[in-house]
Amino acid sequence: MSAVANPTRAAREDTPRSPQAGAPVVRLHDVHKSFGALKVLDGVSLDVGPGEVAAIIGQSGSGKSTALRCINALETIQQGTIHVCGHAIHDPQLDRRALRRDVGIVFQSYNLFPHLTAEQNIMLAPTCVKGMTKAQARELAREVLSHVGLAEKAEHYPEQLSGGQQQRVAIARSLAMRPKLMLFDEVTSALDPQLTGEVLKVMENLAREGMTMILVTHEMAFARKVASKVVYMHRGRVWETGTGAMLDDPQTPELRAFIGNGL
Amino acid sequence: MTYQFDFAALLPYWPEFVHGLWLTLQLSAMATVLGFIVGTLCAIGRADGPPAVKWAVAAYVEVIRNTPLLVQIFLVYFGIATLGFRIGANTAAVAALVVNVGAYTCEIVRAGLESVHKAQLEAADCLGLSRVQTYWHVVLRPAVERVYPALTSQYVLLMLASSITSQISAEELTAVANRVQSDTFRSFETYIVVGLLYLLLSFVVRIAFWLVGLGVFVRRRKLGTAL
Amino acid sequence: MQSFGLAHVEFLAWAALWTVGLSAIAFVGGGLLGFAVALLRVSANPAARLAAIVYIQIVQGTPLLILLFLIYFGVAVIGFTGVPAILAAGAGLTIYASGFLAEIWRGCIQSVPKTQWEAAECLALTRWQRMTRVILPQALRIATPPTVGFLVQIVKNTSLASVVGFVELAQAGKLINNSIFEPFTIFVTVAVFYFALCFPLSTWSRSLERTLNVSRR
Repeated sequence: MSAVANPTRAAREDTPRSPQAGAPVVRLHDVHKSFGALKVLDGVSLDVGPGEVAAIIGQSGSGKSTALRCINALETIQQGTIHVCGHAIHDPQLDRRALRRDVGIVFQSYNLFPHLTAEQNIMLAPTCVKGMTKAQARELAREVLSHVGLAEKAEHYPEQLSGGQQQRVAIARSLAMRPKLMLFDEVTSALDPQLTGEVLKVMENLAREGMTMILVTHEMAFARKVASKVVYMHRGRVWETGTGAMLDDPQTPELRAFIGNGL
Repeated sequence: MTYQFDFAALLPYWPEFVHGLWLTLQLSAMATVLGFIVGTLCAIGRADGPPAVKWAVAAYVEVIRNTPLLVQIFLVYFGIATLGFRIGANTAAVAALVVNVGAYTCEIVRAGLESVHKAQLEAADCLGLSRVQTYWHVVLRPAVERVYPALTSQYVLLMLASSITSQISAEELTAVANRVQSDTFRSFETYIVVGLLYLLLSFVVRIAFWLVGLGVFVRRRKLGTAL
Repeated sequence: MQSFGLAHVEFLAWAALWTVGLSAIAFVGGGLLGFAVALLRVSANPAARLAAIVYIQIVQGTPLLILLFLIYFGVAVIGFTGVPAILAAGAGLTIYASGFLAEIWRGCIQSVPKTQWEAAECLALTRWQRMTRVILPQALRIATPPTVGFLVQIVKNTSLASVVGFVELAQAGKLINNSIFEPFTIFVTVAVFYFALCFPLSTWSRSLERTLNVSRR
């Protein structure tokens, strides 16, 4: 065990960059989660307010991706409470479909549907879930595609697109549902450095437009620049929280070691 | 609509059913062992033989896989007789099943052989192993281990298909059933019982293959991982 | 005694049409039933899954010959007499095909990566929408080669329909043989007919599989 007995003590009082006016969009309280004997989340608490951009960092195995998946009810938790956009995630009666209308998620492996074109990938949910007509959905698809700079790729199938382009289509697909919250799960980890940039650019624009975002990432420079809140997770706990500036002045030896390795 | 089931009428025939079960097991076991040898040799010939052998094996596999077992059984049984040899129905049954399952085995084992990496062959070659030694020690075991589940399914199908040999009056479970039902006139009950016996046999065969696999594939037994 | 001639070949050709017809019935019937069983097999309801497993195990663990005998004597037992042979044979082969197609298709549905289910779920699609819009279109591509391959098994297995009194290719051969006893010539001819039906299907299945493997890389 480390010298810091209660890791959350290291959280700072810094005020985040964007104002945290309303009630939190996401609130995790004392969340515990195990896979069999393996404890992955060990009492995680976290608030993310409207318009905030929270970046979760940490070694692999620190529980950061699991925390993100719990927020979208892709994993069930054993203890604690999670509230997301007014939905009680820990409640067994949770209406998952209602939750997913409010929350968009982008995966590391894109997970585009290979049998559909970029445009069809985007149109699917608006027509199926929101009852849009094909014409409306197509217009929407063009709009979100140009938002991520891929208007001319509408007719392409995923395999005809580069990794970075596929990931931008995946972001557009989520945006088309007009989510109140966007989750990004290591979305650039599978990409070459030169393709990473184009995806981060899109995310940065989203952040600037006021989208509430939680991202699990290895991109320290991006976290420092764009995130209003940086969360360092270690051994299934929130070890240190702060603004991007936290990365320049880590309080715990673990974060110092982590940043040292990363740079 | 008021059919009275009468399974009791079949009770006196239980020794016959057991005997039929035993015959079917013997028939399938023989066809499985011989078919495996034939099929494996064919697969090696297909992969590594001279062009004439490759071509002959390909033709054999295609012909067998695209014609019904029933017709193959008729051809072996009646066809060999027209050539002047007299063979019994049971011998013809085994021969036809071997010819049939040999072709399927060949295809399955061939897929296994192809999965063995070229570098393995080079390594064996560089160690000075002969071609036969290479096949025996380096290629065959992992190849068969990889396709073992497919082989198991194929040999369960073979056991079930051996029922077709009853059509040339070979002695096995279905032939016994045909006799019992004509004796008792309880046809429906007879075939229900025999259907259940085959179901039982198919589980027995699966378990037998699992046990054989445990014995042969030592590495898998110890490590529990797939190759 | 008359010897094997053109008239016999013509008789066999007509019988081959019955083989094709019976195969079509079995494929359509078995496909519909098998699809339903495959959906049950991957459903969220454990009882439905168990029922599908039991059904598949029973059908795959019983010889088709016994299945046909059961149908033949079974329809008499429940009070129907004089059921046309084609219906009895069609029913037996339908059940047989459904058991195998269900298992083939289950494998195809489950080979679509779990992440595709997850992505569809995160877009708020219902379970039915996920299945019909995302999973099945992908499974269909994977399923085509083995399904065509299984069609060959169906065609070959229609040869067992003679036990319920249906005259198709193999039975026609037997009938000719009973009258002129030239088994070698007759059954080679019968085999050639079957080969002509099955070989194109086998070849097609293989080429579909190659295309699929190339596209997957």
